[in-house]
Amino acid sequence: MTVPKMLAPHFKQPLLETPFHARARDLSQVDSFVAWAGYTTVDVFTSVEQEYFAIRNAATLYDLTPMVKYRIAGPDAAAYLNRLVTRDIGKLKPDRVAYCVWCNDAGHLIDDGTVFRLGENEYRLCTAERQIDWLLDSAIGFDVKIDEITEQIAALAVQGPTSCAVLKSAGLLGIDTLKPFEIGYFTLSGHPLTASRTGFTGDLGYELWMAPDAAESIWDALMTAGHSRGIRAIGSQALNVARLEAGFLSPNVDFVSAEHTIRTGSDRSPLELGLAWLVDFDKGHFTGRRALLAERGRGPRRQLVGLDIAGNKPAHNALLYAQPNGKREIGSITSAAWSPTCKRNIALAMVNAPYFQMGSTVWAEIYLNRELVWERRMSRAEVVERPFFAPSRRRATPPAEF
Amino acid sequence: MTPQYALTPQSTTTSPYAMTSQGARTQYDCIVIGAGHNGLVCAATLARGGRSVLVLEARSQVGGAALTREFAPGFRVSACAHLLHLMPADLIRELKLDSHGLKWSAQAMPTTALIPGAAPLPVNQTDLSGSDAASYADYSARMRRFAQALVPLLGNVPPRLGTSDWSDRWALLRLGWQIRKLGRRDMRELLRIGGMNVFDLLEEHFDSAALKGALGFDAVLGTNFGPRSPGTVLTLLYRLAAEFTGGAMALSQPQGGLGALCDVLAKAAVAAGATIRTESPVARILVEADRTVGVQLESGERIAGATVVSSADPKTTFLKLLGAEHLDTGFVRRVNHIRTQGLAAKLHLALDRAPQFAGVGSAAAAGRLLLAPSLQYLERAYNHAKYGEYSSAPAMEITVPTINDPGLAPSGKHVLSAIVQYAPYALKSGWPDQRQGFTDVCLDTLESAAPGLRGSVLEAELVTPVDIEREYRNEGGHWHHGELAFDQFFMVRPVPGAAQHRTPLPGLFLCGAGCHPGGGVMGTAGRNAAQQVLKTGGAL
Repeated sequence: MTVPKMLAPHFKQPLLETPFHARARDLSQVDSFVAWAGYTTVDVFTSVEQEYFAIRNAATLYDLTPMVKYRIAGPDAAAYLNRLVTRDIGKLKPDRVAYCVWCNDAGHLIDDGTVFRLGENEYRLCTAERQIDWLLDSAIGFDVKIDEITEQIAALAVQGPTSCAVLKSAGLLGIDTLKPFEIGYFTLSGHPLTASRTGFTGDLGYELWMAPDAAESIWDALMTAGHSRGIRAIGSQALNVARLEAGFLSPNVDFVSAEHTIRTGSDRSPLELGLAWLVDFDKGHFTGRRALLAERGRGPRRQLVGLDIAGNKPAHNALLYAQPNGKREIGSITSAAWSPTCKRNIALAMVNAPYFQMGSTVWAEIYLNRELVWERRMSRAEVVERPFFAPSRRRATPPAEF
Repeated sequence: MTPQYALTPQSTTTSPYAMTSQGARTQYDCIVIGAGHNGLVCAATLARGGRSVLVLEARSQVGGAALTREFAPGFRVSACAHLLHLMPADLIRELKLDSHGLKWSAQAMPTTALIPGAAPLPVNQTDLSGSDAASYADYSARMRRFAQALVPLLGNVPPRLGTSDWSDRWALLRLGWQIRKLGRRDMRELLRIGGMNVFDLLEEHFDSAALKGALGFDAVLGTNFGPRSPGTVLTLLYRLAAEFTGGAMALSQPQGGLGALCDVLAKAAVAAGATIRTESPVARILVEADRTVGVQLESGERIAGATVVSSADPKTTFLKLLGAEHLDTGFVRRVNHIRTQGLAAKLHLALDRAPQFAGVGSAAAAGRLLLAPSLQYLERAYNHAKYGEYSSAPAMEITVPTINDPGLAPSGKHVLSAIVQYAPYALKSGWPDQRQGFTDVCLDTLESAAPGLRGSVLEAELVTPVDIEREYRNEGGHWHHGELAFDQFFMVRPVPGAAQHRTPLPGLFLCGAGCHPGGGVMGTAGRNAAQQVLKTGGAL
């Protein structure tokens, strides 16, 4: 295991800058930066609305370099990953990506992330949180080498309906034949580039992986190529609205890693988070399998569901009740937003049995601040299917020219 | 071809066993890995419970580390532990070991503290004098009361915490009541000394350096501790409590060495219907559909058995025989953290004549001799081990088994058997280069207590923890299959999630010294594991 440079203490620079930082600094109009996994990244460039609509109507660049990346290689790499995550990694073919979650012994979620198969025995795991200790302890008994390579790879998400056209006109020949969750290898501005058709927006989009010293010239090439197609750099806030429309979970928002929780009962299992489709009980043993099997037998006590809420006020942090009288509390909202594309007031919520059934009605207690006067509103909410927004263009291969 | 029923008897006084002849079955209810004392007790108990049982032993003899072996032509010795004092009397009755031929060459053996350059000190009430005599009476009575209160800890499967199971609650209540029963003064004293080190405790009670050294040695014998290490009062109480479950056994020497005891245990197991195969090392525990279905031998042969009970140490069982891929990461993490590095070595001497320990009479010489003349001596010996070196003046538990059992050596010759501390598993410069050096240190140390001994040595053998690991296939060469310390016993031995002999894998059980109540030739872990298998139907 190599110790990443960023772990070297440096009191003068508590937050690192990504290889795209100079470009981001130039474009930032509201000077809104936030810390993300040890890096400073943009929260908002101009306005959340403008950036959000670029995701849904044009093309966007989002710097995801801080995403924690691990290289997992060795003869037992596949067996190792299969024991780590709940999905059957044995089915993952080379140059493909899989969304996965992994659990502790109690079947409680530690994190979610994506597994890239880059070779016969080489994988890359991208996660939100650092967890080298869990990954290394999981490697006991396996012939596998694990290195954190976060700093060695700059990453840029190119998302939106015109993203494929932008990449094509930048010179990524054949990018249009890349299927969802497929990995391709390209050259841009003389730099080698790995592209995967993955993303966090639920829209047509790609993620580009490159050497840090290639970062700025690739950013510039994309900005130039995308100029006529409305390309725009976006920050985390706009992305957060898009990911909620896509129904994706955000760590530390919709769940807290079981490695970090302190209070009993605040851990979440993948079955509770509506991720049962990611759990393959037939693939052989994986960490948490026995606990999840027992939980499946009992039936989940609560579940993360999508809500469609009356009105247009986002139900941030709202408590949920069985009746509008607010007597019987049955859950709470984890993420909420007004969806500009769906024109619906949407949310993700953790709801107790039996109220999480599809079509159930629950009541959200929303507090409104009207010029410093607080009002309380009980809004009717219905348990609905996720994702809230799933345009066919996200899967179409080749994507239509926009 | 592996011998199916042929076992080499280790004792000269017993005849070869009549083994059962069930034919070469390929399927059993229970497969026990390892024919050490715990494996054999487990097999006997399971067979008595009506199960078809196969015991698989890697070596050519039964006994595991409780073995009698020839270390020089004509000289035989108990390979690791050389005294028996922990095996419960009711277990010996239950398995009818007497009728299967268990004989004693000595019982209720005396303990004597050797003091180089001075008269030895018998460690017992009648031979002590002065203020120490009165203190010793108080001290031993109180320690006995404490040890007795802890007995319920030892004889049974430890309870689980936070369950709604009544047997768990009952076990905890019983323990609480035992301690409560001590009364206010004793309870307060138990709480006070429970976390202390044995050095401070003995300093409170006694004047004689030799007495303190001898009493303190029992607290650190076979452990990774010096007398000043925290928790050593607890390890002492633990040993005393285990001696209580050993009933009236006190210190004894089975005729033919400890291997003879295992021969008798093997006979008891076979008489109860178990089959024993030696020279059959297990390579893998076989798993299908998330439960055990049998084992595969190193020869490739597969044997089916729905229940597999392993007397191997937990690290070997889980990480080598089963494989981490069948276990959860958190559990493997805990198993990996079990401290298993031994630092007790064994010295075997083939002697031309009986050793003459200065000032030691014939009765004492036939007993247990302790070479730890003071607590400072012990602590200094331990200092070396902390830094990966062997002690320059080691402490020893010495027996001359041939005085009570002449059959272990050619006529007129003798065997000296000593447990030597400290000899760390992870020696800085490695054992191959240091073996002779430490052997010489041991011989010099012995010479200081028994002048002239060196001249009578025909052959010397040093068995280091690395040798023990290799010979008996226990990770780290620790006699107890894992350190006996507060964080590694009772409800957390070997690790939470496997402390009731059950494991996370349905069908796999543990019965070795790595389980509660730990090592020492006790057999309790084997019996409790078998009872757990019978109780749960072997399913969990």
